[in-house]
Amino acid sequence: MALLAARTRDVAAAEDALADALVAALTTWPRDGIPQNPQSWLLTAARNRLLDLARHQQVHEHSTPTLKLMTREFDETADPDRWPDERLKLLFVCAHPAIDPDIHTPLMLQTVLGLDAVAIGRALLVAPKTIGQRLVRAKTKIRQARIAFEIPTADQIPERLEAVLNAIYAAFGNSWEDASGAGERTTELGQEAIWLARVLRDQIPDDPEVRGLLALMLYCEARRPARRSAAGRFVPLSEQDPKDWNMPLIEEAEGELKVAFQMQRPGRYQIEAAIQSVHAERAHTGRTDCTAIAAFYDQLMQLAPSIGGAVARAAAHAEVRGPDAGLTLLDQIDSQAVISYQPYWAVRAHFLRQLGRVQAAAEAYDRAIGLSEDPSVRTFLTEHRNRLTPQ
Amino acid sequence: MLYVLLIYEKPDDFERRDSPVESEAYAGAWRAYHRALLDAGIFAGGKPLDAPETATTVRLRESKRDIQDGPYANTKEQLGGFTLLELPSLDAALEWAARCPAASYGVVEVRPIAVEMEPRVTVGNSN
Repeated sequence: MALLAARTRDVAAAEDALADALVAALTTWPRDGIPQNPQSWLLTAARNRLLDLARHQQVHEHSTPTLKLMTREFDETADPDRWPDERLKLLFVCAHPAIDPDIHTPLMLQTVLGLDAVAIGRALLVAPKTIGQRLVRAKTKIRQARIAFEIPTADQIPERLEAVLNAIYAAFGNSWEDASGAGERTTELGQEAIWLARVLRDQIPDDPEVRGLLALMLYCEARRPARRSAAGRFVPLSEQDPKDWNMPLIEEAEGELKVAFQMQRPGRYQIEAAIQSVHAERAHTGRTDCTAIAAFYDQLMQLAPSIGGAVARAAAHAEVRGPDAGLTLLDQIDSQAVISYQPYWAVRAHFLRQLGRVQAAAEAYDRAIGLSEDPSVRTFLTEHRNRLTPQ
Repeated sequence: MLYVLLIYEKPDDFERRDSPVESEAYAGAWRAYHRALLDAGIFAGGKPLDAPETATTVRLRESKRDIQDGPYANTKEQLGGFTLLELPSLDAALEWAARCPAASYGVVEVRPIAVEMEPRVTVGNSN
């Protein structure tokens, strides 16, 4: 799909052509056997279909040059080794500044990974019909605005890359919030996001943030099996047994992060990965260096301030300097921004409980419980709330 | 925009409401959710409904009243309550529906209020 779209600059038409080619394959392959190079077969079939379409519909303005371009360039690019390159172009198109950032992730999931509107809707918690309409609108824009299917030049890469990384991380983050770890939302999307980051790393090996993001997701993915007990209960990071972590993934993450740090250009994703790397150290040392984590969060908030980062920073400082210090940091966050932000209330409840402020803790627990989506998290918080005893 | 969350629950969910063991967890989750809706300033109304066995249906056919015991739909999941939310988009409504306790044990149906019908339903005098 990426290969076809890159040549014709028309994502929707390329999808249709590929779908037709797949249908053709389903009818001819069982009859004639699977061709020696199925990828080339599909590509050729889809290309022919696109050429047909272009001829029939007489795509006026630019049909002749496009046809010539397609005929010539398809022959050059039938080599599957060049495919990652085309995927990369498509990634940059999906996260183009001219396209609404909210649609970057769904567009990427659909065009680069081939997820349908139902799967994307489930993953991102948006109605499939809404997603479908937004995708169509975005693709029309790509075509009409003639957004270039190309890898940005070296000097443009840093600014354009950020949107690509954010879109990949948004896909991963959506899988991560589903702490239950059981739903389809979780597994498919997390894997796909990591796969995209690996493709990106292979194509742009000298960017430290690409490796930082990959490392960050690998660290989190490594802990996924440990987030739930055998009985299906939610297990917070501090109570996880490192024996349940996936060590090969952690080692891969450390390798990526090491290479990134050697480039000496720090960034948001590298720091977030570094925080996870400190947590992962517990597998070797048996303890967590809270001071290092707090320092990394300070740095993160300077580079890329966010509500989530501010809450996590408060939690990190509380581990070093106590719940009072954590509460002070929480109070500095804009109260309007956290009204419906579950982690803020969960962390706040935790501090208040440690400080023995039972009534205030119960209220904060209630707000966190009311904002929780995952039933295992809700149960976890309810148990803590019910264990509060007046002092 | 107004959206309604229609809460569908199974028979044992209705039983949990009165169970000495489970009612506290059940009610606690709902209390917390309701509180979150109020705090976010989006709650526009809503109530839980009594168990489906308490329902009575009324039909008027050829000028005759047909009154029957039990709920209208003969399904396993039954309407257990509704919540009206004032929100900017369907996306936001889905997010709040996912946080609703019933989303994890029953079904939450999200529907926009039919905007074009609203002006016709005027209540009271306009003095």
